[in-house]
Amino acid sequence: MKTPLLAFNQNGIYCEAADVYLDPWKPVKKAIISHGHADHSRWGHQQYITHHTNVPIIKHRLGDIVVAGKAWNETFTINGVKFSLHPAGHIIGSSQIRVEHKGEVWVFTGDYKTEEDGLAVPYEVVKCHTFITECTFGLPAFKWVPQQQVFHDINTWWQQNKEDGRTSILFGYSLGKAQRLLKHLDTSIGKIYTHGAVENMTEVIREIADLPPTQKITRDTKKEDIKGNIVIAPPSTHGSPWIKKMVPYVTASASGWMTFRGARRRRAIDKGFVLSDHCDWQGLLTSIKATGAEKVICTHGYTDIFSRFLAEQGYDARTEQTQYEEENAEQTSKEKD
Amino acid sequence: MKQFAELIRTLDSTNKTTLKVEALVYYFKIATDKDKVWTIAILSHRRPPRPVNTTLMREWASEFSKIPMWLFEESYHIVGDLAETIALVIPPSEESSEKSLHQFLQEIIELKARSEEEKKEYLYENWFSLNYYERFVFTKLITGSFRIGVSQKLMTRALSKATEIDEDILAYKLMGNWDPATTTFTDLVLEENPEDYLSKPYPFYLAYAVKGEPQSLGDVKEWAAEHKWDGIRSQVIIRNGELFVWSRGEELVTDKYPEFEKFINLIPDGTVIDGEILPFPKNEIGTFKDLQTRIGRKNITKKLLVKTPVILKAYDILEWKGEDIREKAYQKRREILEQLFTEVASEEIPLHLSSTISFQTWEEAAKERERSREVKSEGLMLKRWDSPYLVGRKKGDWWKWKVDPLTIDAVLTYAMRGHGRRSNLFTDYTFGLWDNEKEELVTFAKAYSGLTDAEFRKVDAWIKKNTLERFGPVRSVTPHHVFEIAFEGIAESSRHKSGVATRFPRILRWRKDKKIEEANTLEDLKALIPK
Repeated sequence: MKTPLLAFNQNGIYCEAADVYLDPWKPVKKAIISHGHADHSRWGHQQYITHHTNVPIIKHRLGDIVVAGKAWNETFTINGVKFSLHPAGHIIGSSQIRVEHKGEVWVFTGDYKTEEDGLAVPYEVVKCHTFITECTFGLPAFKWVPQQQVFHDINTWWQQNKEDGRTSILFGYSLGKAQRLLKHLDTSIGKIYTHGAVENMTEVIREIADLPPTQKITRDTKKEDIKGNIVIAPPSTHGSPWIKKMVPYVTASASGWMTFRGARRRRAIDKGFVLSDHCDWQGLLTSIKATGAEKVICTHGYTDIFSRFLAEQGYDARTEQTQYEEENAEQTSKEKD
Repeated sequence: MKQFAELIRTLDSTNKTTLKVEALVYYFKIATDKDKVWTIAILSHRRPPRPVNTTLMREWASEFSKIPMWLFEESYHIVGDLAETIALVIPPSEESSEKSLHQFLQEIIELKARSEEEKKEYLYENWFSLNYYERFVFTKLITGSFRIGVSQKLMTRALSKATEIDEDILAYKLMGNWDPATTTFTDLVLEENPEDYLSKPYPFYLAYAVKGEPQSLGDVKEWAAEHKWDGIRSQVIIRNGELFVWSRGEELVTDKYPEFEKFINLIPDGTVIDGEILPFPKNEIGTFKDLQTRIGRKNITKKLLVKTPVILKAYDILEWKGEDIREKAYQKRREILEQLFTEVASEEIPLHLSSTISFQTWEEAAKERERSREVKSEGLMLKRWDSPYLVGRKKGDWWKWKVDPLTIDAVLTYAMRGHGRRSNLFTDYTFGLWDNEKEELVTFAKAYSGLTDAEFRKVDAWIKKNTLERFGPVRSVTPHHVFEIAFEGIAESSRHKSGVATRFPRILRWRKDKKIEEANTLEDLKALIPK
């Protein structure tokens, strides 16, 4: 049997022909990185290759690393294997990784979404033979509404809280979700305050994208100043002493998991907004079809269910174990949908 | 329906009780009387009989949403609620219905007698012409119990605020078997009825658990002790020749305990007794399991009354000769209670006195506590002799000093997804103990509480990565984790594979320090059964 172009081993997704890994989970010599979330861009590789907008992001997270930035669609050859990066639309700087060798084309999505969010370069369909896809929300229960509607709801919620004399606390992962929220908040309602982790990452993103002004909450921030405004904070701050400064407040989470009534109730969050940086069920199916791929490999999410459905639709579909955090409805500290 | 769906949406948008009450009050102010009656009925778990069985509903939902049945079922396991799953998988609709809640319920009642084809058509029409929340509510009305984080008590509180009628009076008015299809709001809620006040209970005084050693409570002589009975905390009211029995959940349960009818002619009018309802088969205190045969039944048959009679173990008196005596010292109240008891007690009447015990030292008290399992109590109650009867859970005068639970180290073997608040999370666990040869793990208990949310998330993530087999919502997992399981009681049981039944098993600790070989055996467990 010939060696597949990309194989799943104990370190990550491996291209033997080029001796290079895609989003490896163990330290390796050379790694091509899809995006800046911690489970995809890990610490300890000798050499990183990623899209140039992602360079400052992973440098901020990983410190002093050896990294080469590439442009969209720029082909680079390693040991005769052609690689290129294509927008994945997941978060700012996120790429799909295309691999071509001897006429065979594979695409690894990393994480992706089909909806334009106004910040990340929109997802681009890349034709391929084998498509390695995430399926975090690979269940027919997940259907996103257009973000315009969601942001209308979020801004209405903020406005109402302000009228009720309460501070709005909106939880979102520091990289990606936080900036997407910032970008679309209606600043005529009030000021946007941030948690330190969100502020630091946002400062990095400001080099790449235009974002409304924010104020970091510090020890010196006055309680009265925050009142009625909105605070963007990582989910891990929910229930922590840090949040007490915001009393009286109302909490909300913006995540695909908010589809489930139980997920919101379990976390004791007041309001859930369904807003995800991944594809919904239909988004996944449409994207897969558009690639023209015959073979589909599901990496993380509801992999078993999703690949079984794809197999019934006539795809040669299977599941591979990876160490991308099985993102599920329960993550609080590292939620990134 | 719009208003009701909006109410549910608002209730879903907050975690704060005050805001939930506010939303309900608003609803009770704007809704029509007919809709209000139905809302009260639904939120107090009175729903019309299910017109369509859930198997058919699942099949049709799968057909209408054009997804295979297995995929619908998988989605259902993950979402954890049938109505919610259906509302999510059916293609979205922006439409909304002008029909009122009571019209929908009328249709649902009538639907039961229709043909299967008609039922299917009815569901199709509504599923495709209601927006998400309306569709969810509509389906929930059909599938059954409406558990949405609003208790009957919360609903009653809101209704009280909206109507300015006393909450306890309302609680009483809403008791019993009234039919929402024929009852008017005026009859149910508004009409003044002097009878309502007759049944009114006092709020229960509840105790906190003793933290650490009871020496911190001061001089032992200031305290009365009695055994803590494991039954149903109740108030028995005799007023105007009538009997009312209230449980601690402030539920009127008079009909369930007909043996207390005997109190009527013996105990004088204007008496309220606080005590515990206990099962009393074969003239001795039974187990909580015995009592459960009485709690769950709608009809209390003669046979059941003979097999599992109940008694009232009285420990306090709150009203005497029509006078509220809660301000009197506990010692004084006990004198009255004991006097009453001596006057009326006989073999025939199911009234027992919970004796108080005085101690000279805390060590003596501790010894008595050790005896609790023998006398079928859960430990001791400590009540300050000079204390009044307070309202609700207050620190200071009443303490519960339970015996330590029995514990055993067991291995996690199966996990099931939870429902509602815990849907999509593996939180319901099955535990096994080693057989004699230490070769096989024998299931002995299920438990789904005792871990923190963070621990549940960790175990959940581990389960998802270490699944051996799947059986619908259940997964078998690699035996790897040891948990210390606590339980209150233990008895032999032919109904359990292990031969042992435990009462209220829950997870005490995650024993990360233990390997599965160090878990206990079934023999270890059996050794705990009282001889």
